[in-house]
Amino acid sequence: MSRPATGDPTTPTGYLGGPARTGSRFTFWLGAATLAGFAGVAALGLLVVPADDVQGDAVRIIFVHVPSALGAYAALGLTAVGSVMWLWRRSQWWDITAHAGAEVGVLLCGLMLVTGMLWGRPTWGTYWEWGDVRLVTALILFLVMVGYLSVRALGGPAGSVSTRAAVVGLVGAVNIGIVNRSVNWWANRTLHQQSSLTDGKLEDMTLLTLILAFVVAAMAIWWMVMHRFRIGWLERQLADRDIHQAVQARRAEAGR
Amino acid sequence: MWRDLRLLAGDIGLVAAKDLRIEWRARTTLGQVVPFALLVLVMFGFALNANRPTLELATPGLLWMTVLFATVVAVQRSVAVESTDGAGRMLLLSGMAPAAAFGGKTLAVAVQLLAVAVVLVPGVVLLYGAEIESLLLAVVTSIAATAGLAAAGSLLGAVVAGVRAHQTVLPILLLPVVAPVLIAATRAFEDALGTAAVNGWSWVGLLAGFTAANVALGAVAYGPLMEEA
Repeated sequence: MSRPATGDPTTPTGYLGGPARTGSRFTFWLGAATLAGFAGVAALGLLVVPADDVQGDAVRIIFVHVPSALGAYAALGLTAVGSVMWLWRRSQWWDITAHAGAEVGVLLCGLMLVTGMLWGRPTWGTYWEWGDVRLVTALILFLVMVGYLSVRALGGPAGSVSTRAAVVGLVGAVNIGIVNRSVNWWANRTLHQQSSLTDGKLEDMTLLTLILAFVVAAMAIWWMVMHRFRIGWLERQLADRDIHQAVQARRAEAGR
Repeated sequence: MWRDLRLLAGDIGLVAAKDLRIEWRARTTLGQVVPFALLVLVMFGFALNANRPTLELATPGLLWMTVLFATVVAVQRSVAVESTDGAGRMLLLSGMAPAAAFGGKTLAVAVQLLAVAVVLVPGVVLLYGAEIESLLLAVVTSIAATAGLAAAGSLLGAVVAGVRAHQTVLPILLLPVVAPVLIAATRAFEDALGTAAVNGWSWVGLLAGFTAANVALGAVAYGPLMEEA
């Protein structure tokens, strides 16, 4: 597909210029490297890493669960920073970044919850444990961020939606803190194990695969946020173009 | 500094008095929110098959769940007061600090929720057979929890102010955010009613932290939100 020329008001972004696609040469290669990385993690995690003495094959879920959890925190942290920057500097760039971070964050938070439940069944004997504070607060965080996306979908003037969403994003950020610290605040009420990574309890191959999974997850998040950002940017450009065309039409009517 | 604080406190009192005067004249809290809350208590009795031991065990949770429902109704009413005829915008045009307007609205909602709690506690004693072992803990928990609910409610109420779908969006935003209040207030009341061996005062500390965080967020965010409403 040929790239539309900038400066042409009939193209989605021609009026203000800028790329008309969500992809670029860089994101293509980043996406390809991410897919290859996923294949590598799957091969190592399923075929090379030995089963755990206690948890058996269920331990392999950590290669998805832990990077999802850290990725969700990172993406939602991006939303918090973007929310602050929108409220402070009215930065449209940060506002679109906040929205992109929230969508990716909700996806990863959902993945974290699902993989956590799948791991919990063979390990704890139950999909859901109400006594586990980290699990419950992660669900609360997920629901708060679903509310953030609901506010984004409300419609109305772009600035108004951005401000409303930014406040909800900040409330979500407070919840991220609770999620992270809850295991320490209510340590006697969690079934979650302490971090095996920092305790140095992981075997070499498991540790290597987990580190690779972190890198691949970071690449995937980067790829998704960049594409979602560009969709948001193009949506704004399209709205601006529509307003520009409507103004031109009124001027033409008035001049007739 | 002290003069500014006195001015802020005075404005908070003015807005709270205005909202409470409107509520008193409209009788929304007394005529609708309190009967609604009592109705929910009765419905929980039916839902749990009027099983006295189960009801006694679940009393703290049911009580605060009911206050949570009442919060949604009270906040929606508080939002409607400012949305009508652009009253909220006029309030800010008066030169009042947005933090004062937020504080006043929070205080008014907190007073209404406290009134609901004051009616509900005797309600659970009579209907569910609950017994209060520590009145002081019950009172302090009620004040801290209703303050937290009011602060988060007023903040998120301002988020949806002026939006057509605000009645459906507000519960989606509010209920997950106030989940820590539900957990903490329930645990503290378990101690106050003697239904579980927990340290209720530590949970009151959590309620205070939640309230402080939401008051701070609301004081900063209320102005930009009302400008957009």
